[in-house]
Amino acid sequence: MKIKLTINNELKYLHVEKDEYLLDTLRQNNYLSVRRGCDTTNCGVCTVLLDGKPVPSCSVLSVVADGHVVTTVEGIPQEAEKLGTYFGLEGADQCGYCNPSVALTIYAMKKELKNPTDEDIKDYLVGNLCRCSGYVAQEKAVRKYLGDKS
Amino acid sequence: MKIVNNINPSIDGKGLMMGRHGYTDDFAEKDSLIIKILRSPHPYAKIIRIDVEKAKALIGVEMVVTYKDFPRIPFTRAGQGYPEPSPHDKFVLDEFVRHIGDEVAMVAAVSNQVCIEALKLIEVEYEVLEPVLDFETALDNHSIIHPEPEIHEMFPIGFEPKRNIAASYNMHIGDVDKTLSECDIVLEESFYTHAQAHSMLEPHSVNARLDYQNRLVLYSTTQTPFHVRRILSQTLGIPLAKIRVIKPRVGGGFGGKQALHGEMFASYVTWMTKKPSKIVYTRKEVFESTYTRHPMRLDIKLGAMKDGTLKAIDCYVLSDTGAYGEHALTVFMVTGSKVLPLYNKVDSVRFGGDVVYTNHTPAGAFRGYGAIQGNFALESAVDMLCEKLQVDPIEFRNKNMMKEGETSPIFAIMGEGTEGTAMNMDTCKLEFCVKRGMELIDWQHKYPRFAETEEKIRAVGMALAMQGSGIPYIDMGSATIKLNDDGFYNLMVGATEIGQGSDTVLTQIAAEELLTELDKVIIYSSDTDLTPFDTGAYASSTTFVSGNAVLKAAKKLKEMMIEASAKFLNAKLGEIEFDGITFRTFDESASISLKDLSNKLTYNHNQEQLCATSSYVGHKSPPPFMAGFVEIEVDKQTGEIKVENYVSVVDCGTTINPKLAEGQVEGAIVQGIGMTIYEDVIVSSKGKLITSDFLNYRIPTRKEIHNLTTEFADSYEESGPFGAKSVGEIGIDTPPAAIANAIYNALGVRLTKLPITPEKILKAIKEKR
Repeated sequence: MKIKLTINNELKYLHVEKDEYLLDTLRQNNYLSVRRGCDTTNCGVCTVLLDGKPVPSCSVLSVVADGHVVTTVEGIPQEAEKLGTYFGLEGADQCGYCNPSVALTIYAMKKELKNPTDEDIKDYLVGNLCRCSGYVAQEKAVRKYLGDKS
Repeated sequence: MKIVNNINPSIDGKGLMMGRHGYTDDFAEKDSLIIKILRSPHPYAKIIRIDVEKAKALIGVEMVVTYKDFPRIPFTRAGQGYPEPSPHDKFVLDEFVRHIGDEVAMVAAVSNQVCIEALKLIEVEYEVLEPVLDFETALDNHSIIHPEPEIHEMFPIGFEPKRNIAASYNMHIGDVDKTLSECDIVLEESFYTHAQAHSMLEPHSVNARLDYQNRLVLYSTTQTPFHVRRILSQTLGIPLAKIRVIKPRVGGGFGGKQALHGEMFASYVTWMTKKPSKIVYTRKEVFESTYTRHPMRLDIKLGAMKDGTLKAIDCYVLSDTGAYGEHALTVFMVTGSKVLPLYNKVDSVRFGGDVVYTNHTPAGAFRGYGAIQGNFALESAVDMLCEKLQVDPIEFRNKNMMKEGETSPIFAIMGEGTEGTAMNMDTCKLEFCVKRGMELIDWQHKYPRFAETEEKIRAVGMALAMQGSGIPYIDMGSATIKLNDDGFYNLMVGATEIGQGSDTVLTQIAAEELLTELDKVIIYSSDTDLTPFDTGAYASSTTFVSGNAVLKAAKKLKEMMIEASAKFLNAKLGEIEFDGITFRTFDESASISLKDLSNKLTYNHNQEQLCATSSYVGHKSPPPFMAGFVEIEVDKQTGEIKVENYVSVVDCGTTINPKLAEGQVEGAIVQGIGMTIYEDVIVSSKGKLITSDFLNYRIPTRKEIHNLTTEFADSYEESGPFGAKSVGEIGIDTPPAAIANAIYNALGVRLTKLPITPEKILKAIKEKR
């Protein structure tokens, strides 16, 4: 099947199987920052923004995304770089495998929530598992990123 | 120091955050054959008929292979130095399957879908054998898990497969029975630990191709690329010189990627078909068919005098290695060697037991291996003993624990798979760690419990821990540094960055010694063609062992550069000083910048590539030490525990990168908390792992983690690079005992089986009433 996706502001016509998931479509088309973590929608590693909202791309059929807007971390380079700076300063980046998905979720949260509390941040990001950092340094970095109005 | 022990963001974090490619599957060839494994539905069975003809006939299937396609060459997947201290008890494919998820056959086909179809077409008839699913019944069970004649040990490790024993070990110092009989108080208890899963977020993955020299080139999510190359060659018969293993960026390992998983299959497919191939493990396969932590039963006896002097430790351990004996002995020995020396003033110690085969998913290397199991038993038992003695547990520890300048006879006797190495504790800041930890948790006001209401109660608990820094006389790290024109450097290391930050830390060590900036040292790690040998990322060795190799290489290159500048400046060798930018004679009569010198050496004058290679093998393994303090809140109605704060005060020598060191400790603490109270492993009565996805296997989310407080003791280990010891594993050791001790302090119930779930707490409360 042929579908139409706007990926990172570029219009793309892609051939997909009817039972193909967005994660596989994106990886096959070289959006390699979108990665597989679990297969069961539990880890958040495959997160992309679909019309601006974070979704696990391992559970979105590509045909369902037809006509919609997809953002991967390559679509928000300035924000990702900024987050990278704060993660670096807090020592919150370890293996980095999940970082693009975390960046997208944090970016979406920043747009969606006004003045989130620590608890709001945890609630918003709870679907993004991290086995490396212990979370606390990540959340310090997120706070600093949210406070950066540049 | 300018670069070391200062805040430096990791050199790669920003690029990774921005989505740059670099993980194993990002390098797979677009037209790779996809590899899938048919896995055993039985915990123990013999294949009596396997017919792959229908699968082979399916359009798009390239090859289907079974045990019949391989010669009987037993090997170990453990990913250790050679000869390995693990039994050679595994075949690439075998006629026996020994756990649910074990490999039956392999399919390579043009797509995932074709593979799945092909797997369904393979006809297998099994003779179902009686499995051993309770490790306490494994020893001398009539069902023998490894009856095959070809398997063997490389050197004596106590391997007795006819008795279901993968390895065994016994040691003693002094006469334990006699000492115990003379003690005022003897504490005796059994503890159980479970099969924690690593749960690194990147699943195991390998891809292969032949390059234009017809060599096999693998990208692999491995922690041990050089061991992988050797084991592939030994097992598949591909000449070592024909194999190149590249470890790109790895999305977490924690020991789970020390072993070979998938490398054999991708190598075989590509070597035979000449076509590129890849295998990516499903999450279920990661849980069911790679590794877990070794479950153990630890029977411990402590003997003490009324005045609070610990006199004897006696520990029998039974360890469950599952279907294969990977790391059976090494994990077992560390259960003693990196735990028992904590209390070095005892008159006698005995440690021993067996590592048994069962029909569970194999156990293997996992951060803090052995140490976390031993620590749970010993540090829980110490609190229990103090209760019996009516002695304050902190006072008791301060009196009996290891101190700086002291040693333990255990170091010389027990190593990791072999004899150990005698050493003194040139750095041991445990006293400080305990004192500072008490302040940070506010022990004085909170011990043993506080803020009790009808529903809830808060309490504190603590435990000590030690680890090691590499395996002396076995682990080798190497580094090559070359000077480029324009005055920057390439640093090539065999050491294996798996997310722990070793590329950054090793770059810092080189930059510090070469008096330059971080961005002037370009690191490339873990490529068996291009980087010098390193045993790999395990045993807390990278900062200490590989770091020492980098430091030696940087020193050597600096001398070579000074020598070259002396020639250019017509000066005497001993009269040049170098500040990282300029070479200058002492009398300042002549100078040349590094940039100019490197350009001249490259293009114009005495042209020569300056390059230094050094290796390092440890002569000791200086242990890092820590004190872990936890504050918990227990819901008395539900048995739920909330970890309010975890304080870690760690002596790891100099922190080369303080923020990354903090990350190592905190990440490990959270894994330890997970093991203690969240990560329940459920296996059905038929041997099926139920907790084989992240829905059922609950690693901590950020909602469970509140405050982590991490500090480092001021400590400088002379034998380490710029005073550093290791920090990768130690953080995981204390949570089980510290939390169990806190639960006791809260409720007066002693939990001895991990994980400590709300159900177990409620049951214990009920039984106490």
